[in-house]
Amino acid sequence: MGRKTPEINSSSTADMAFILLCFFLMTTTMDQDKGLQRRLPPMPDPNQKAQDQKVNRRNIIVVKINSADRLLAGTEPMDVSQLKVKIKEFLSNPMEDPNLPEKEEIEIEGYGPCMVSKGVISLQNDRGTSYQAYIAVQNELVKAVNELRDEFAMANFGKPYIKCNEEEQEIVRKAIPQNISEAEPKDVSKK
Amino acid sequence: MSKFKQKEKRTVPNPPSGSLSDIVFMLLFFFMVTTTMRETESKVMVRLPEASEIAKLERKDLTSYINIGSPIRSLQAQYGNDARIQLNDSFKTVDEIRDFIAAERDALSEADRSFMTVAIKADESTRMGIVTDVKQELRRCSALKIMYTARKPAEE
Repeated sequence: MGRKTPEINSSSTADMAFILLCFFLMTTTMDQDKGLQRRLPPMPDPNQKAQDQKVNRRNIIVVKINSADRLLAGTEPMDVSQLKVKIKEFLSNPMEDPNLPEKEEIEIEGYGPCMVSKGVISLQNDRGTSYQAYIAVQNELVKAVNELRDEFAMANFGKPYIKCNEEEQEIVRKAIPQNISEAEPKDVSKK
Repeated sequence: MSKFKQKEKRTVPNPPSGSLSDIVFMLLFFFMVTTTMRETESKVMVRLPEASEIAKLERKDLTSYINIGSPIRSLQAQYGNDARIQLNDSFKTVDEIRDFIAAERDALSEADRSFMTVAIKADESTRMGIVTDVKQELRRCSALKIMYTARKPAEE
């Protein structure tokens, strides 16, 4: 006759698991980091002579933020809330204004020829600019580009950029590039 | 004598608790898998700036963090309340970023090195001067992929 092995008392496993659970609950961090992604320009080679990058004047908009967080876009001072409209107009240039950036026909794979703006946004800030103002301006610039991308995706694929698949997003990104250059630091405040 | 049998006990039967441990274990595994241990203790006060067009950080394991802000209360007596840079566990100067980036890069595998991201966690009241210094130093170490960490604005 085989003897029955006595059952292990399992009523306390729940308690042990609870203690472990509490530990992981305390130490866990669920927050995901979010933010604005950027690519810094590589450092210029010191041996190389500074080349004059011939960029047409009409293709550049300079956005300056001074130490009092005031904004200058192009030639006119403005509020952060106006910046988006200005940038959208600059990048899309709907009226083919000779003062706004020129466009270049580029063959995009899977789409065909497309008029791509050559506009570059140059962002300059002072050492005294607050980080908050800087991020607010960066955010407006990204928002302007994102809205243009949405419009382009809507017109061509009938859905917003976020809903497009990988290839379509690639096309949209090529058609509306995000050219934001963070200039070499300069002392903007001249006394 | 009585016609109806008296029930011996009126108590409600205990709910079966046999599966309780299974449930708890399932929760436990969930948290074990999702958890990431906080390696560093924050020594600076960082209140992130608001931005609406933010994207998620893709690979957390490839990210190094640079915290910029004024020291926490208990350290202000020692370090003052000027904005400082915190790398890992201690306050560092701008020049030490180079070693930090080199160390972080060495810790990654060969294939992942080009995807390394540096997340700048700066307080919203920081002046851009120190952030610009950090950016210049990062350019010098050719750690070009950066991210300005921000938070979603509260819904209106």
